[in-house]
Amino acid sequence: MSEPQFLVHSPKDNVGVVVIEGLESGTDMLGVITENDTTINLKSEHDIPIGHKVAITDLKEGDTIIKYGVDIGKMVADAAKGEHVHVHNLKTKRW
Amino acid sequence: MASSNNTFMGYRRENGRVGVRNHVIILPVDDISNAACEAVGNNIKGTMALPHSYGRLQFGADLDLHFRTMIGTGANPNVAAVIVIGIEPHWTKTIVDGIAKTGKPVTGFSIEQHGDLETIATAGRKAKEYVHWATELQREECEMSELWVSTKCGESDTTTGLGSCPTVGNMYDKLIPKGIYGCFGETSEITGAEHICEARAASPEIGKKFMDTFNAYQDDVIEAHKVDDLSDSQPTKGNIEGGLTTIEEKALGNLEKIGRDCTYIDVLEPAEAPEKGAGLYYMDTSSAAAECVTLMAAAGYVVHTFPTGQGNIVGNPILPVIKISANPRTLRTMSEHIDVDVTGILKREMTLDTAGDALIEMIRRTANGRVTAAEALGHKEFVMTKLYRSA
Repeated sequence: MSEPQFLVHSPKDNVGVVVIEGLESGTDMLGVITENDTTINLKSEHDIPIGHKVAITDLKEGDTIIKYGVDIGKMVADAAKGEHVHVHNLKTKRW
Repeated sequence: MASSNNTFMGYRRENGRVGVRNHVIILPVDDISNAACEAVGNNIKGTMALPHSYGRLQFGADLDLHFRTMIGTGANPNVAAVIVIGIEPHWTKTIVDGIAKTGKPVTGFSIEQHGDLETIATAGRKAKEYVHWATELQREECEMSELWVSTKCGESDTTTGLGSCPTVGNMYDKLIPKGIYGCFGETSEITGAEHICEARAASPEIGKKFMDTFNAYQDDVIEAHKVDDLSDSQPTKGNIEGGLTTIEEKALGNLEKIGRDCTYIDVLEPAEAPEKGAGLYYMDTSSAAAECVTLMAAAGYVVHTFPTGQGNIVGNPILPVIKISANPRTLRTMSEHIDVDVTGILKREMTLDTAGDALIEMIRRTANGRVTAAEALGHKEFVMTKLYRSA
């Protein structure tokens, strides 16, 4: 398998994690779901730094974000498939 | 050094515990005795002073924790012998008597009615005697199952949840069944995954003990002192730079350190030594690296595994801290701090099973005497946990 640009913990997740440096917008990315070793193809719509999250489905404000198969917070702005998900559009539900 | 994959060469102490280092330490009871301790540490080569900031006018549970941390540090099997120096004889004796229960050599000195200079001279003579004695101790073959291995992660990012934390989890899944003692903690960083952590207790009673500890922390610390939503501290600025967005996301990555199969068999107070036999323990600690590692050292752990994403550089004076990272940028920019490179996990070139084995081998080499990155770089962070201000 060629080296993936992003990894996803669980098949239930709606975000992945970019695992290479210098990812540019418009890259055709290979993603791997680590839990079952299946692959996802996705085009990046932003320059996304290593370690940061990418939407793997279209996400709307109010949507719950699932990572590790678990609720990690809610969207406070929209993010389309391939876009950057971070503190500007994702918040904890706790505080 | 002759040792098989299941054994290492360690120092067997008077109480039967096994250490992987052979320090002679000069331990101050209190802040104002640091100067004398550091002078003895300078004068007598092969000793190490452990200066810290507290030990005066503490009371109640906070004083108990101070004594437990001091006594536990001296009692740790990585320490061969101890000089204790305090301003007055009573609290000095409390700490000396606590350490003496291990059977190791320990002597206390107090400064009042002697002054620093006489104390430095008399304590120095005893320290020199201890160095001659300790340096003739020989390592002997010990079972890997005799190790006590703690963990805490730091400067976490999304790569710790993908790579370095599950590497520690894989190690625990392999070594806990063989009879080692394990320890994890970081009460604040369980926030968002507390019910998952509760479910990993060995029994509902232990799970309830964890939730009582977690809720007490939320009520007594967070609710009592917060001025905002903690978003400036949890996640930290470094966490956010590394891609972590919410405390839940951070907590889930953190809990990867306890693997898939392990359950914890008790919940420990800060710096409390485990007493329910071999297995994994939860300790109520801060998530600040130096405070947490200091408490685990005081509980008797002899090797520490420390996953990091963005590159936490912490060490400890008596507990070797093994750094594990999966972040290729961290390996590119600050590799001198990393002992185990698991970037291959992100490239899908390395399985968690292989990474776990690589960590176990590094634990064995560290136990045999390999100096960790943090030790080589001189990291000796020794930081007391303070429960409330002094009287």
